[in-house]
Amino acid sequence: MCKDCGCSAGPGKVEVHDATGVISRKSSGEISVDVLQNILHQNDHAAAHNRHHFDSHGVLAVNLMSSPGSGKTRLLEETIEAIGDRYRIAVVEGDLETENDALRIRAKGVPAIQITTGQTCHLDAHMVHDALHALDLATLDIVFIENVGNLVCPASFDLGQHANVTLLSVAEGDDKPAKYPVMFRASDLVLFSKSDLLPVFDDFSPARAEGFVRALANDADVFAVSARQPDLLAPWLDWLDARVLSLRAGTVMRPRMVRPDAAVAP
Amino acid sequence: MHEMAICQSLLSEVGRVAVAHPATVVTRVVIAVGPLSGVETAQLERAFDLARQGTVAECAVLEIERTPVVIWCDPCGIESPVAANKLVCGRCGSWRVTVKSGDDLLLKRVSLVDAPQQQSASG
Repeated sequence: MCKDCGCSAGPGKVEVHDATGVISRKSSGEISVDVLQNILHQNDHAAAHNRHHFDSHGVLAVNLMSSPGSGKTRLLEETIEAIGDRYRIAVVEGDLETENDALRIRAKGVPAIQITTGQTCHLDAHMVHDALHALDLATLDIVFIENVGNLVCPASFDLGQHANVTLLSVAEGDDKPAKYPVMFRASDLVLFSKSDLLPVFDDFSPARAEGFVRALANDADVFAVSARQPDLLAPWLDWLDARVLSLRAGTVMRPRMVRPDAAVAP
Repeated sequence: MHEMAICQSLLSEVGRVAVAHPATVVTRVVIAVGPLSGVETAQLERAFDLARQGTVAECAVLEIERTPVVIWCDPCGIESPVAANKLVCGRCGSWRVTVKSGDDLLLKRVSLVDAPQQQSASG
């Protein structure tokens, strides 16, 4: 088909301005349209819509990201244990397959909506929007979105969250932020999880890991936490408290990396 | 691999441009992609080859402009080209810098032919 479509450009470009933008017309009949449009415009529009829902209900939305096995679900279980009596919490779970994580969250007495993405390696704003229809935001204070375990793909898709929280377990390399700069640059908080294991995994240096985060021009808070030791969860719980209060006080909260399409209310 | 999802978004935007103008054949799609967008351009090219089948951009050429990562240091008043994982000032070494380019994921230009002109060109 390509050989036959007669689309080869000829000389004689003419600049034309019309209602749809600047186009250049060639004598062959081919026109060129300057678009300058964010490719993820539709996702970001849906993300702005989700964020508008969260904002209008005063619900804090936190997107949790990490590689598989860094302890996102375990962190949520212990977070619910610690603050579930003070805040009404719901969780949106993203996994390729199974409802296992949602079952773990529901066992804590908290509603959990499982999104099974099949072969899709990330959540997008439309999936989260569909999940939100199953929740009554008027009855909630915090929605955690547990993204698919993956340090690459979720970083590119705004979901409408107020903040991105990335877990890096101390059993992983402390140079992960240098290896996955897009995700760690977009992080509003980095948690070094399983930090009770630091004496065992003594080749993980929290200071070095933090240095790699700073080298991404990111001044995000960095906390060493452990879901197995309540005293090591305190900085994370304080961080959540501060943001819930801030949101209730009317502060406009946005993730540090938000594209213009997703920054405005739809 | 999220490049397939990115491609589907790209083709959706291209489709909207084709409908708006209107045209039935897209001949060229020009995009700008920076390393900090999180999109791998080689994967994107392969995904585009698959995703464009059966769309208005089925015979379109995809041109990718790779934008470099450039940061601005306010105290030094200089720009530095840097690696995606080392966003620090080339002079003072500070990480308190602003990214000027390198996180682009932009549909820049679409070239189109409409159906009647296509027929007259070939007939």
